[in-house]
Amino acid sequence: MARSFYGVELENALMLGTAQYPSPAILAEAFETSGAAVATVSLRREGGADGSGQDFWRLIQDLKVRVLPNTAGCHTVKEAVTTAQMAREVFETNWIKLEVIGHEDTLQPDVFALVVAAEELTKLGFNVFPYCTEDLTVANRLVNAGCEVLMPWGSPIGSGLGLNNEYGLRTLRAHFPDIPLVVDAGLGVPSHACKAMEMGFDAVLLNTAVAKAGDPVATAAAFALAIEAGRLANEADPMEPRDMAAPSTPVIGKAFL
Amino acid sequence: MKIDINGKAHDVRGPMLADALEELGYDGKIATAVNEAFVAKTQRAAYVLKDGDRVEVVAPKQGG
Repeated sequence: MARSFYGVELENALMLGTAQYPSPAILAEAFETSGAAVATVSLRREGGADGSGQDFWRLIQDLKVRVLPNTAGCHTVKEAVTTAQMAREVFETNWIKLEVIGHEDTLQPDVFALVVAAEELTKLGFNVFPYCTEDLTVANRLVNAGCEVLMPWGSPIGSGLGLNNEYGLRTLRAHFPDIPLVVDAGLGVPSHACKAMEMGFDAVLLNTAVAKAGDPVATAAAFALAIEAGRLANEADPMEPRDMAAPSTPVIGKAFL
Repeated sequence: MKIDINGKAHDVRGPMLADALEELGYDGKIATAVNEAFVAKTQRAAYVLKDGDRVEVVAPKQGG
């Protein structure tokens, strides 16, 4: 079952960040090879006439993918809302990946401010993609605030630790069968992404795992394959695990020797 | 008129925000905020700056 993201059905389930690549050419090749459907981007201070932001904007336009601006680095509701307003004007999209950081060591979201910001941005007409935790109560508040997508973390941003709380993520999936869910942050290797998709998540969002790999282009391709494998496996209704062994070869008819 | 742009002091003729941005060579895909409040592109020509205003000018950048 394909769940849409604010009415948009994505061509594949990979949302890829655009930061930390060795070069713009490698960034572009990673997108092309993986077929990522969404590029996350940000806003930063621009220097006058020689601003590099304009070159980056041309590069992003050439990727021909949907753009998801973020509010990375924001710590307050006011900062996040103002950043989102600026992002909407620059990137010409109502989509916003809402980050309100609550802790410097883990970069985990300030879920209290996140809910308030999500509510304000929804009222301003934004389609909010909240970077959240797997907490069910927070997720409920975000949905009540108008979020039609949830993006729980797998583990801390940039850590590569994978899915730290599979139980929590599985529970979130079960409680929100109609909400598109994206595992955002903390994925390190393709098997992490595959696992998220096997669990029924609709997409994964990653950046560092690809950009900081020895070969970002090959890694992006590997993630794309893993995501597709996980998606197909989930749709195929995998077997339930059990504690005891069960022979797969028929017992009946075995020769008496 | 003395204002801060992206944390640096500038002396601009102004007084409109759009004029100050042009004077400093800003062009293309940018967004602005003054004293931490968003100022839309359509408002820049009529936005009157004051001494000491803090202007933020941002543009597309890599992000995760």
